[in-house]
Amino acid sequence: MTLEEVLKLVDGKAISSDVDLSDHVAMACGADLMSDVLAFTHAGTLLLTGLTNPQVVRTAEMAGIKAIIFVRGKYPPAETIALAQEKRIPLLATRYTLYEACGRLYAAGLAGCGLFSIAQDTWTDTLDSTSRKK
Amino acid sequence: MAAAGSSLGSNEAPPGAIPVTKSQELVYELKIGDIMTRQPITVGPDCLMSELKEILRVKRISGVPVLEAGELVGIISLEDLIVALERGETGARVGDRMTRRVQTVYADESVIQAVNCFARHGYGRLPVVDRQGHLVGIVTQGDVVRGLLRQLDVQWQEEEIHRYRASHIFEDIESDQTGLVLRYKVVARDFVRGGEASSKLKRALERLGARPQLMRRVAVAAYEAETNLIIHTDTGGDLIAEIQPDRIRVVALDTGPGIADVQQALQPGYSTAPDWIRELGFGAGMGLTNIKACADEMRLESRLGVGTRLEAVFNLTLEEQRRPRDS
Repeated sequence: MTLEEVLKLVDGKAISSDVDLSDHVAMACGADLMSDVLAFTHAGTLLLTGLTNPQVVRTAEMAGIKAIIFVRGKYPPAETIALAQEKRIPLLATRYTLYEACGRLYAAGLAGCGLFSIAQDTWTDTLDSTSRKK
Repeated sequence: MAAAGSSLGSNEAPPGAIPVTKSQELVYELKIGDIMTRQPITVGPDCLMSELKEILRVKRISGVPVLEAGELVGIISLEDLIVALERGETGARVGDRMTRRVQTVYADESVIQAVNCFARHGYGRLPVVDRQGHLVGIVTQGDVVRGLLRQLDVQWQEEEIHRYRASHIFEDIESDQTGLVLRYKVVARDFVRGGEASSKLKRALERLGARPQLMRRVAVAAYEAETNLIIHTDTGGDLIAEIQPDRIRVVALDTGPGIADVQQALQPGYSTAPDWIRELGFGAGMGLTNIKACADEMRLESRLGVGTRLEAVFNLTLEEQRRPRDS
């Protein structure tokens, strides 16, 4: 899906001045927890988030995130925009909530990041340890 | 002669004209002297228009500066010649038909001055003079294009050589065990600069020709480790990457406060991070889990009041040990 189609679906706007709207994203991830973004995404992912601090861009850089959409009409501070410019990561914005923005993109066929075995291990490990404590 | 080159101002870019592309940048960096044609063909004022016609035809040029006793006194172009031909004045002297008020540029000015001149006045060529006003060359729009292309080519080659050197370091330098150690200082509580060390490490790996998938694993682990140093230490610490041909070791070292219960710290979701960290999207107790998932081996050693050492090892597969350009 191109960023242009993404923007149309979430009724969004480009924040960065030099966004190439013909860029493709293969899948998307919605998260406000950056560790989850680092753990549960693949390179080339579109990130939807409500956080606007520069660490979001750092996270995107490390995880190979293709573009970032800020949800709920949030506008990032100047240092976030500057860092994104430097790292050439396009910033977009939508007025929809994280849930609805994700839903709209998913319904239009933009895939998620798939199932993660590590996530399931974490889940069972934690459950086991909790039940053991009890 | 009007020394108009200087009237265009300094070599600096005019306000608002921010160079955005490499060629636009070069237009400011390159000097006219770098791209001009040296020792241009000139004529004297007594040269006849019929003689000028032959010079332009044989040399395949469209205009020449006119010199008298070594001084630039005018310029004459193909257009002047056409007018003379129309009027049947091929016997006229160049000195009577030339343009006397010559727009010149200085050899030590930026190419942008010449570009602006071409754009503003529609000139086909500009005589280039030194600061004493002596003719040292001539510049055409063709010279500008050729000069820029040549410079782009040179810079591209330099970049390639640079890249080549970096990616061949392990083959070019012989030892029984070659390793590259990169050490980054991480400042405690400085979340604004958080991630800079990992970013530099990632860039270094890119330079060394690491595969994207490996680079991503190392970068994510390093970033989590760097974040831990920022959040949890008293005085920051060191993020050290030891790069060897067959493996990469990332170590995060600090001098305290240390972890009370290492086993507990390794539990997914266990965290001692304060709220302000959580508001930034971190501190959910997933950092060590993430590092473990990215790395092939992870070790965490810590003593209260002494410090913590986290080590993550990434073994390179045979595929990853080969540089991408070879495949």
